[in-house]
Order: sequence, then structure tokens, then C-alpha cells
Amino acid sequence: MLGEGIIKGLLETARNFVGSYVSKERLTTVQYPEERWEAPEASRTFPFLVYDGDEWLAGLRCTSCQICEKECPPKCIYIEKSADKKPDAVGKMQFYPTRFDIDISVCMSCQICVEVCPFDSIKMDRIFELSTDDRFEGLILDRQKLAKSNSYYHQIHPTEAAEVDAALASERAAAAAKAKAAAEAVAAKAAAAKAAAENAAPAGGGA
Amino acid sequence: MAQNLDQIFVLLTGWMVSYLPEWLRPYGVAVLGVVGVLAVYVTLFALTTWFERKGLGRMQNRYGPNRCGPFGLFQPVADGIKALTKEDLVPRSADQVVHFLAPLVLLIVICMGLAILPVGRNMVLVDMDAGLLFFFALGASTELSVFMAGWSSRNKFSLLGAMRAIAQMISYEVPLLLSAISAVMIAGTLSLPKIVEAQAGFSGILPHWYVFTPWGFAGAVIFGIAAKAETNRCPFDLPEGESELVAGYFTEYSGFKFAIFFIAEYLGMFSISSVSVTLFFGGWGAPLSFLTFIPSWIWFFAKVLTIIFVFIWVRATLPRLRQDQLMNFAWKFLLPLSLINLGVTALWRFMGDGWQRWIVCAAIVIVSYIVLGLWGMRRQHVAPRKYSYAD
Repeated sequence: MLGEGIIKGLLETARNFVGSYVSKERLTTVQYPEERWEAPEASRTFPFLVYDGDEWLAGLRCTSCQICEKECPPKCIYIEKSADKKPDAVGKMQFYPTRFDIDISVCMSCQICVEVCPFDSIKMDRIFELSTDDRFEGLILDRQKLAKSNSYYHQIHPTEAAEVDAALASERAAAAAKAKAAAEAVAAKAAAAKAAAENAAPAGGGA
Repeated sequence: MAQNLDQIFVLLTGWMVSYLPEWLRPYGVAVLGVVGVLAVYVTLFALTTWFERKGLGRMQNRYGPNRCGPFGLFQPVADGIKALTKEDLVPRSADQVVHFLAPLVLLIVICMGLAILPVGRNMVLVDMDAGLLFFFALGASTELSVFMAGWSSRNKFSLLGAMRAIAQMISYEVPLLLSAISAVMIAGTLSLPKIVEAQAGFSGILPHWYVFTPWGFAGAVIFGIAAKAETNRCPFDLPEGESELVAGYFTEYSGFKFAIFFIAEYLGMFSISSVSVTLFFGGWGAPLSFLTFIPSWIWFFAKVLTIIFVFIWVRATLPRLRQDQLMNFAWKFLLPLSLINLGVTALWRFMGDGWQRWIVCAAIVIVSYIVLGLWGMRRQHVAPRKYSYAD
């Protein structure tokens, strides 16, 4: 009959109206500044730079290879390479950025910089309360603002950070083994050379 | 005491006017009455915007506004300040004069409609013999200002909205008037205070409201549906249709002119709810005989707010109609039903007091409702359209 559906609908909204006063579960709104919702692990906003240890500049993983700068679709990254070198996360001597700016008014949070980084240096952050009264300078993050510790990275993306740490540890072990092998080879070579020299000297003397 | 409380505003006006010289007194009464009615209705408007947003929120399992003041009660104040401080833009190609006049004409006409409402015992600004006629005449002229707004904006959305508004308002004015006429037929007068008096009195504890008769119930429902269409409220908000027409006929209005349209829409809703309370729900009369000690004006506004709540409830429930559904519903269902209802009212009038008329009238109303619902609102199977050139 005509109007049955309307009655049914009216009853449904009446149930909602009364129910929202009776049961709190119906109101799913998170009242933001007072209440906060734990963001899912995979959520992302803008990139940041990871550093190891306590010194942010010394521990910066970035080697200023500038791949992210070239790959960034909206071109929001600006990097200046250093003249000198410092040891990177694996212990190898590398350049480091003297300037690393990300304009977050341009960044589109695509995560391509993270995908292309060969040093696991740039990762996606989860901060979102970035409003500022200076829309030009206030939205450009320099390297100090971007640098965040590895423990912070563990805090926001635990699974991913553990994988990165494992990969870095194995790289470090490989580098250490290689260095050891190289040192041994050098030592062996030196020993061989020494032995050869020792062998040659008496022979020469004997001749 | 209860008598004094019931007449408190009448006595207050008399006391204030008594300080004026003799020849000024009628003007004093008029000014005080106008100021009082406008103040009450505008306050109700502010409260209703809050009430509506809260109610809609709760019906959709949300909180609604709760930031401005306790329970968000100051939200209307914030909205008002916002509307006043916004830039008032007028399109360069608009018809400046008509564009400026349209909201004013609408507001003036709607405010004039408030004058004839009996908001309590002995509380009516103008007791006209043809009050209802005056109200409907004013209601019809709101269409003019809607069309002025739509036409003068020189915007296709505005014009489409205005066209829809005219089509809708004219279509729904017919059942609105026809359903109101049934109450006039029984009361025998067009004066609203007299219609309220005709519904006074109780059988046992139950009141003699027209809504408790078969023709009155049908009339109240038809009147309510047509009133929603007249005030462009959801599900009949096609003239605004923000998902289709931006804002319909007031697309090109901003700042306080927009706020005036908003106020006029709500005041129109109040005045038409007040008229439906007067016609079918006993006006300022108490709903049960032992509740007559509560002042009449409290009953009146309680009833009006209840009807407003039903408006909000329906808005939260139903989606917007399509234009053809709107027209089908008006001409194939509401119009025949209200005509039949007129006949039923006449039958009720001439069958005299007795239980037979209850059965006969109820049966006619129910049968015609079912038959019209099946026939008038049947789904029509139309063959898929053939395109001779596009294929």
C-alpha cells in the first residue's frame, strides 16, 4: 500500500533519534581536539628523514644522491650536496645534504620518494597538525625539521621499521665481512710480500 | 491565577498602553503586538535552526552542533554574525532592482502572514473575517518573489530553480486550499479565531479537534504534505536541490540577502504550521480537558514546534523526489483525494450526529486512499526510448 515505505523509514529515523541518546555506541563521531583516534599503521602524510643514534646530523642516513629530488612528481624536494663526506648508516663514507627542503604545500604524499630511496633514508610521517600562519616559509620544512630519529620511525610504522633495520643490519654485516676480508687480503698480501722479500734477500745475498 | 497567566501578554499590553494618551492607544497596541509577534517568531526561527541541525544529527547518529556555547545553543548567533559580515555580491548582469527587491518582498509577505495567526486566547494581531483567505493570498504571492529572485539573477541555475518552484508551488496550492476548505466548511467561517473556537470543548477528556474525524485526519495529512511542498522543504526541495542546482533560485544571493531567504523560508514554515495547528489541531486549545490550566499560548507554540519536529523528521527520512514524481503525486493522488475529502466533509456535515457517519466517512476515505494509491501512483512501464539517429 502507498505510504508503507515512508512509515518504515520514519520508524527507522525515530529509532536512530532515540537510540543516539540511549546508547553511546551509535555515535561514532570522534570529537577531534579532545578525543583522538589512533591512526592505522599504513597511514601517511608527508616525508621525513630518518637518522640513527642521537646526533641528528651525524646519524642522517641520507647521502644526498638526489634520486628523490629527480623522481618527485610535483618537484617539492630541494637538495644541496655537501663537499666533504661522512660515514652513512652502513659505515661507508658518503656525501650528506647541506640543504634538504620539502615544500609540504606542494607535496602530494605520493610516497614515490620513499619507494626510490636506496638508503632507506626518507620515510612517510604521520603528523597532520601542520597549520601555520605563514603559508610560504612556514610550509617549507628544512633538514632539521625533517630529521626524525629511528625510534620515532619504529613508533609510527613498527613493521616497516623492523624490516628496514634487519636489511640495514645485514648490509652492515656484509660490509663488515667485506672489510674484514679485504683487511685479511691486505694482510695476506703484505705477509706474502714480506715473505717474498725475506726469501729474496737471502737468495740475493746467497747469489 | 491561571486566568491571569493565560492573558499575561494581553494584560501587559493593556498596562503599557495605559500610559499613552487616548488617541495614541490603538497605535501603541498595534506596535507592541507586531514587535511581540516578530520577536517571538524570529527567536523561534533561531532556535529552530539549532533544533533542526541537532535533530537531523541525532537521526543520522551524529552529535550535531555542540561547539558554540552549551549544547551548541549559540550556533544561530554565530551563523548570524557570519551572514552579516559576508560580502554581498550582486552579479554584474543581474537586474539590480529586482534582485534587491526579491528577498525583501518575500520577507514582508511572510511577516504579513504572521499577523492573522491566533497564538493564544484573545491573542491575534488582526482578527479578520476572511483571515484564511488573506493568508492564502499572501502564500500565493511568495511565488512572485521566488520568481523575481530566479529571473533577476540571470543565472541558469536560478532560473531553473525558479521554474521548478513555480510549477511545484502552483501544483501543491490546489490540495492545500482544498484540504483547508474542509475545515472551513464545518466551522462555517474563514476567521481563524472562530475556527479555533469551533474546535473548543471536550467529549469526556478528549478534545473536539478536526484531526480526530475521518475527513479532518485526511485533510491534516494532505495539508501537511502540501505545506511541505509550499515551503520547499525536503522531500520537496527541488527548487533548491543543492546537488542539482547549486542553491536553486537563490544561487546568486550571498551575505545577508541569503540570510533573509533563509529566515523567510523558516518563517513561512512557522506560519503554515501555525495555520495547520489552527485548522486541524485545535489552535491554542489544550489537548486533554484537565490540562486547560496551562496557558493557551504555551499550547499553541508546543503544537507548532511538534509540527516543525515532524517536518524535520520527514526531512531526515526521505530523499528528494524527481520532478515527474512530484507532479504525479500532486495531480494524480493529492488532488483527487482532497476533492473526495471535500465530498466526505459535506457528507459528515449533513449526516447529523450519530455513529453511522463515522463508519461511512472513514470507509470512503480509506477506500479512496487505497484505490488512488494503487491506481494513481502505479508504476508505469514505459518502453525503452528509441533513438533513430544516434544508433
